[in-house]
Amino acid sequence: MQSFVAEVAATPGGEKIRACIQCGVCTGSCPMAMEMEYPPRKIIAMIRAGMRDEVLSSSSMWHCLSCYMCTVRCPRDVKPTELAHALESLANQHGFRVKGTRTPIMYRSFVSSIMGNGRVHEFGMMLRFYLSIMPDLLMRPLAAIRMLPLGLKLWLHRRMPLVPDRVKGRKDLSKIVKKFREVSSR
Amino acid sequence: MKQYAYFPGCSAEATAVGLGLSVLAIAKPLDIELIELEDWTCCGSTPYGSLAGEEAILVAARNLALAEKTGLDLVTPCSSCYVTLNKADIKLKDHPQLMTRVNEALATANLEYRAHLRVRHLVDVLLNDVTPEVIASKVKRKLNGLKVAPYYGCQLVRPHYGTDDTEFPHSLDRLVESLGAEAVPFPLKARCCGGALIISEEAIALDLIRKLLENALENGAQCIATPCPLCQTNLDAYQAKVNGKFKTNYQLPVLFITQLVGLALDIAPASLGLDTNIVSPGEVLDYLYNPITYITTH
Repeated sequence: MQSFVAEVAATPGGEKIRACIQCGVCTGSCPMAMEMEYPPRKIIAMIRAGMRDEVLSSSSMWHCLSCYMCTVRCPRDVKPTELAHALESLANQHGFRVKGTRTPIMYRSFVSSIMGNGRVHEFGMMLRFYLSIMPDLLMRPLAAIRMLPLGLKLWLHRRMPLVPDRVKGRKDLSKIVKKFREVSSR
Repeated sequence: MKQYAYFPGCSAEATAVGLGLSVLAIAKPLDIELIELEDWTCCGSTPYGSLAGEEAILVAARNLALAEKTGLDLVTPCSSCYVTLNKADIKLKDHPQLMTRVNEALATANLEYRAHLRVRHLVDVLLNDVTPEVIASKVKRKLNGLKVAPYYGCQLVRPHYGTDDTEFPHSLDRLVESLGAEAVPFPLKARCCGGALIISEEAIALDLIRKLLENALENGAQCIATPCPLCQTNLDAYQAKVNGKFKTNYQLPVLFITQLVGLALDIAPASLGLDTNIVSPGEVLDYLYNPITYITTH
């Protein structure tokens, strides 16, 4: 069986993981490091120590804002932003259930919206997102109610069309994705 | 008139409709023709790439293939589309085996990508093709020293598909100054606003937004100008939430840089979608159009 570090290195975005010298510039540059259970430098060390379950079930990489500050500062060109995306992809693909973040649910709502309409329909995406976290929201109804003024304001300013613009290309999109999954699983 | 294939991106037609409208309004006066890519689909953005890295490259590649057929440079005003499309292009060039699979899939839609395309940001076109000098010569209504904090956000300058500095960029500053406005020092000009995580991790993102607003104001800005649809939405639409959470009282207009260019070209504010800005840009408009009202209220 291949090691976890080899699995990560074979995932798009994880190619450079072995070049890391653990200098910590990534963690020092990350606006989200304080919110992460395992900040970037640490998570790279954990990957190389083979801690697969701990890494892939953690919420840390889902906190990445894709600001790319670590990426431009890394002296070894590890591209920690892309590494975070690679870890997210692996966790998603292997069905890890992540606690302590709603970002995976938000990302899934976003992708469903693309596949349904060909383009992102923000209102539909938000609706899907809030329905997915409904049990959580019912516990905190005030938080849900506080979202309404913002939605209304966006709608009143013509920034939240209620009806999606379903483009022709969505059919092509489904077709090419289906074929891609087929050729990739060969 | 130089032609480009134009990729508006999903938000330019919804949450950032002010961006979409103002880009189209300034194109003609600046002698550029933006030909919208027919039947484009979402670039995939960060969410798709985070859930399925390779498949996301395919989703972006459909647009790259459509654009390549036009023989023109592909231009987008959206910083996220800019990064997503460029990243897909580079990944495909670096991984011939992935390129083969992507093309096999694209073939079912009669498309092919050969990686002969340049993906550019609209800011790059304004700066390097149109140039600040030519923009300055076309200005009909100088912005009279309006103090603007140029906000780059992240993905216009990082990872690094253009030529500007990745941490202390200056391209937008030059653009702002070419309009007769003053670009104020803004140390956080290329720091993150929280991006899409405003939806899933609101509390953390609001704090990042607060720091940006505070930094712009303490440097005397009368408004912020940014090209990024997500940055604009976060700083503008969430400003009231920042005020609620931190007991602040910010009322700082956040304009798209293209709206600012449009004002200097003397295009009517409504044609630039300025009525879609949440924090009223009224003070900016008073400063430019009704100096007497502005002086008496300040």
